[in-house]
Amino acid sequence: MSTLSLLTAVSAATPTIHTPHVDYLSILPLTIMMGGALLLMIVSSLFRKILGVGAGTAVAVVTSVAALVAALFQWDHVITHGPQVTIAGAIAFDGFDVFVQITVSIAMLLTALIGDGYLRREGVEGPEFHVLAMMSASGAMMMGAANDLIVIFLGLEILSIALYVLAAFNHKRAESGEAALKYFVLGAFSSAIFVYGIALTYGATGSSNLPQIADYLSKNVIASNGVLLGGLALLLIGFGFKIAAVPFHMWSPDVYQGSPSPVTGFMAAVAKAGAFAALLRVFVSSFGTVRADWQPIIWALAILSLVVGAVLALVQKDIKRMMAYSSINHAGFILLGVETATTRGVSASLYYLFTYTFLTIGSFAVITVMARDGDTGHLISDYRGLARRQPMLAGCFAVLLLGQAGVPFTTGFLAKFGVVGAAEATQAYVLAAVAMVSAAIAAFFYLRVAVTMYSPVGLVADPVDAHQGAGPDSTAFGGTAVGGTAVGGDASGASTVSADGLASLRVLTDDPPTDSVTERGIVPVPALTWVALAATVSFTVVFGLIPGPILDFAHQATLLFT
Amino acid sequence: MSTTTPFPFLTVLVLVPAIGAAVVALVPTKAVGRWFHEVTGALVAVVTLVIAATIAFKFKTGFGGYQLVSDHIWAKDLGIHWSLGIDGISLFLVVMTALLFPLTMLGARARRDPRSFVAWLLVMESACLGSFVSLDLVFFFLFFELTLVPAYFLIAGWGFARRGYAAVKFFLYTFAGSAFLLVGILAVAFLHQSQTGVLTFELPALMHTHLSGTEGVLLFLAFTAAFAVKAPIFPFHTWSPDAYAEAPTAAAVLLAAVMAKLGTYGIIRFDLNLFPQATRTLAPLLLTLAVIGILYGALVACAQRDLKRLLAYSSLAGIGFIVLGTFALNSQGLTGGVLQMVNHGLIIATLFILVGWIYQRRQTWQVSGLRGLQSPAPILAGVFTVAMLASIGVPGLNGFVGEFLVLIGTFDAHRWWAVVAIAGIIIAAIYLLWAYQQVFHGEPTAEDTAKTRDLGWSERMIIAPLIILIVVLGVFPKPVLDRITPSVNQLVVHVDRATHTPIPAGIEPSASASTDGGAP
Repeated sequence: MSTLSLLTAVSAATPTIHTPHVDYLSILPLTIMMGGALLLMIVSSLFRKILGVGAGTAVAVVTSVAALVAALFQWDHVITHGPQVTIAGAIAFDGFDVFVQITVSIAMLLTALIGDGYLRREGVEGPEFHVLAMMSASGAMMMGAANDLIVIFLGLEILSIALYVLAAFNHKRAESGEAALKYFVLGAFSSAIFVYGIALTYGATGSSNLPQIADYLSKNVIASNGVLLGGLALLLIGFGFKIAAVPFHMWSPDVYQGSPSPVTGFMAAVAKAGAFAALLRVFVSSFGTVRADWQPIIWALAILSLVVGAVLALVQKDIKRMMAYSSINHAGFILLGVETATTRGVSASLYYLFTYTFLTIGSFAVITVMARDGDTGHLISDYRGLARRQPMLAGCFAVLLLGQAGVPFTTGFLAKFGVVGAAEATQAYVLAAVAMVSAAIAAFFYLRVAVTMYSPVGLVADPVDAHQGAGPDSTAFGGTAVGGTAVGGDASGASTVSADGLASLRVLTDDPPTDSVTERGIVPVPALTWVALAATVSFTVVFGLIPGPILDFAHQATLLFT
Repeated sequence: MSTTTPFPFLTVLVLVPAIGAAVVALVPTKAVGRWFHEVTGALVAVVTLVIAATIAFKFKTGFGGYQLVSDHIWAKDLGIHWSLGIDGISLFLVVMTALLFPLTMLGARARRDPRSFVAWLLVMESACLGSFVSLDLVFFFLFFELTLVPAYFLIAGWGFARRGYAAVKFFLYTFAGSAFLLVGILAVAFLHQSQTGVLTFELPALMHTHLSGTEGVLLFLAFTAAFAVKAPIFPFHTWSPDAYAEAPTAAAVLLAAVMAKLGTYGIIRFDLNLFPQATRTLAPLLLTLAVIGILYGALVACAQRDLKRLLAYSSLAGIGFIVLGTFALNSQGLTGGVLQMVNHGLIIATLFILVGWIYQRRQTWQVSGLRGLQSPAPILAGVFTVAMLASIGVPGLNGFVGEFLVLIGTFDAHRWWAVVAIAGIIIAAIYLLWAYQQVFHGEPTAEDTAKTRDLGWSERMIIAPLIILIVVLGVFPKPVLDRITPSVNQLVVHVDRATHTPIPAGIEPSASASTDGGAP
C-alpha cells in the first residue's frame, strides 16, 4: 500500500527523460562500421571452426563499401539540404564530416584488402584484425563527425584503444608487443592530457559544444584567459600526439617499426585523418576567434615537424622508420593548412589528407609484401634490384614514392602546392619556404629508395660494391653483374670523394648490400594486394593529371562547414 | 593579339614524347626484342622533331607576341591553366631540344637496360619542351621540376664511378633552388589576386602585377635562385662539374645543352617579364657574377687534365656569356643571349658527344692518355676542330655571332664588364687549343692509339646535322635573328617602360602593337 503510493510519488516527481531526436543518416557510415565490427566479432566467436581469414576479409570489405556508399548518400543529402547539426548538437552533419567518412571508409577498404594476404602469410587465424580495424575506423569517423569535445574524446578513445591492440595483435612478434606497450603508455598519457584540456576549456567557456564555444568566444572578451589558453594548449598536445607532430612524435618511429606492416599503414592514414579532422574543426571553427593565440604554436609545430621529419628520415636504414619520419614531415605539411585558419587552408589540408591516405596505404601494401619471414627486417637495401625481379611491384612503389615526394603530375604535388599556396595566401612566407626546402630534402630520401629498387644487385661499380663482389655472396648474383667491367676502370676516381663534405651522402643513394643481406627472391603478391595497389597507384596518377574532381570535392567539403 | 590555331601543335609537341615514354616503359623487354625500345624511342624523338620543325615553319616572322597559343583550365580552384605559347625567344630552343634528343638517343646509347634509359630520356624531352612553351607559371614549374627526376635517374643509374654522389649533389642543389621558385610563384600570384581579385598563374596577366621595390627584389631573388642553380651561374655551379663528368654521355649532353638553358631561359622569360624593376636594380650584380663565371670557368678549365671536366668548366663560361647578354637589357645583348643559348647548346652537345665517342674507343678522358689521335682518326679530329673553333668564337662559325652580339650589347650598356669578359674568350682559346693539341697532335704514346677507329658512317650521320648547323648559323644567321628580334624588342620595351628608361629608337614601331604581352 505504502510502497505503491511511494512509487506513484516517485514517478510523479521524476521528469520524463527526453531523448534527443536521432537523425540516423547523419551517423550511418559510422554505425555501419561499428555494426560490422560487432557482427564479425559475434559471428566468428560462434563459428570459429568454420570461418577462416577470408570470411573476416569479406565482412570488412562489404562493411567498408557499405559505409562508403552510405557516406556518398550523405554527401548527396548535404549538397541538397545544406549542413546541419543533429543529435542534440553533438554531431555535425556537413561536408567536412562526410569528407572524413569517405576518407576513412576508403582507408579501411584498402587496409582490409592488404591485411588479408598478410594474415594468411603470417598464419594468424581469427577475425581480430578486421574487427579491431573496423572499430578503430569507426572511432576516426566519430572524430570527423563530432561537434562536441566529449564526442571527440569518445572517438579518440575508440580509435586509439583499438589501435593499441592492433599494434600487438600479431602475438608471434616480440616487436609488436613492445610497440604496442609504448604506444599504449604514451597514448593513454596523451588522452589524459586531452581530457584535462577539455575540462579547462569547459571551465573557461561553460560548454563543451563546439558551436557554443565559438559563440561564447565571439561574444565575450575573457579578461584573464589563462584557463582557456591552458585548455587550448592541452588539447593541442593531445592532438599533437595523435598526428605525431614534433615534439610529440617520439613514439611514432618505434611504433611504426614495431607494428605489423598493414597496421602501420592503417595507423598512419586513419589516425591522422581522424585527429586532423577534429583538430581542424576545433581550432579553425571553435577557436577561430582566438587564432592569434594558437597560430604561433601551430606555426612552430609545423616548422619542427617539417624539418625534423625530413632530416631524420634521411639517415634511416629501415624503411618503416623512414616512413614514420616521412609521415611526420607530411603532418607538418597538413599543419600548414591548419595554421592559415582559412577556407583555403582547410580545403588544402583535407585534400592533402585524402591523397596521403592513398599514398601511404599503398606504400605500406608494398612494404607488407616485401617483409621477410615474421614481418621483420625492412631494410632499404632489401629493395635493391626489385625492379629487375618484379618490375610491376617496383613500378607501383616508385609511383607511390614519387607521389609522396610531390613530383609533378601526381596528387602529391597538388597536395603540397595547395597547402603551401594557402600558407602564402596568408603571407606566411617563411613557413612556405621552410616547407618547400623540407620537401626538397624529403624528395631525396624517397628517390633514394626508388633508385635502390632500380639498381641491380651486384653491379660492380663502386669500390664498396667491388669489395662486396669478392664476398661469399658474389656467386649468388654474379650473373646479374651487367656492365661491371665497363665501369670498373673508373673506380680509382672515387678515392677523391672523401675530400668533399657531401661525400657521406654517397652511401645513401647507393646503399651497397651488406654482408648480412642476400638478394631477395621473388616475393609473392596476393591478388587482393594487387587490387589495393592498382587503386592507389591509379588514383595518384589519374588525379595528378586531371586534378579537377578531387580538388572540387575538397573545396565543396569546406564550403559546407557548419 | 596572339594567333591561335585550331590544331594544338604545342600540346602535341609536349605530349608525344610523354606518351612515347609511357609506351616504352610499359612494353616489357621479354615481349619484344632488345632493339624495340631504342627504335621506338628514336622514332618518337624524330616525330617530335618533325612537329617542332612544323612549328618553326608555321611561326610568323616579325611578330613579337606568343603564337600557337592553347589555353585550357586544368585546376579551376587553384587557377592553374594549361597555357602554352611560343615566341621568338623559345622557338629555337624548342627546335634545338627536339633536334638534340634523337641525335643523343642514337649517338650515346645505354650500356645496359635500354628500356628505362630511353623512357627516362623521353620523359626528359617532354619536360624540357614543356618548360620552354609553358606560359602558366605553375606548369612551367611542374615541367621544370619534372626534368630533375629523369636526370637524377639517368646519372644515378648509368653514370660513371661517382655517379651516386654526383646525382645526389645535383638533385639537392637544383631541388633546393626550385623550392624558392615555387614560393615566389605563389607569392606573385597572390599579390596579383589581392590587386585584381583574380587568381591566375598566367604570365601575360601576372606581368602587370604592381610590386614594391623590396617585394620585387625578394621575388627576383627567389626566382633567380632556381634559375641560377639550374643554369648554373657562378657561385651556384658546384654541382655541375661533378654531374657533367659522372653522367653518362647522353645525360651530360642534355644537361649541358638543354637543361642548362632552362635556367637562362627562365631568367629571360620570367625575371625580366615579372620583375623588370628589380632586374634593372640587380643587373650589375648578375653581370658581375656572369663575368666572374666566364673568367673562373675559363681559368679552371685551363687546369683540367680531364676532357669531360674541361668541357664542364668551359660550359660554365659559356653560360656566363648568355647571362651577360641578358642583363645588358638592350636589344643586341638580349638577342645575342637568346642566340647564344642555341649556339652554346649545339656546340657543347657536339663536343660532349665526341668526347663520349673518344671514351668508347679509349676508356679514358685523361688528356695525357690520348695523345696523337689525329693520325688514326682524322675525321674525328676534323669534326672536333670545327666544334672547338665555334666554341672559341671564331668568325664564320655560330659561336662568333652570339658572342659578338652579347659583347656589343654589354659594351653599350656596361662597358667595363664587356672588356673583362673579352679576356674570357682569349683564355678559352688557350685551353681549348691546348687540349686539342694534347689530344690530337703529337706522337701516339699509348700503343693502342694507332688502332683507334675513326668515326663510322652512322656516327658521321649523327654528327653531320650539328656541324652543318654550326656552320650555317655562323655564316647566315639572318633567318634566326629575324624571328628572335621582334620578341626580344618587345621584352626590352616592357622592361624599359616599367623602369622609365627612354626606349631606344628603332625597336618600338613593330612591337608597339603588341607590347602588352600576348594575352589571348
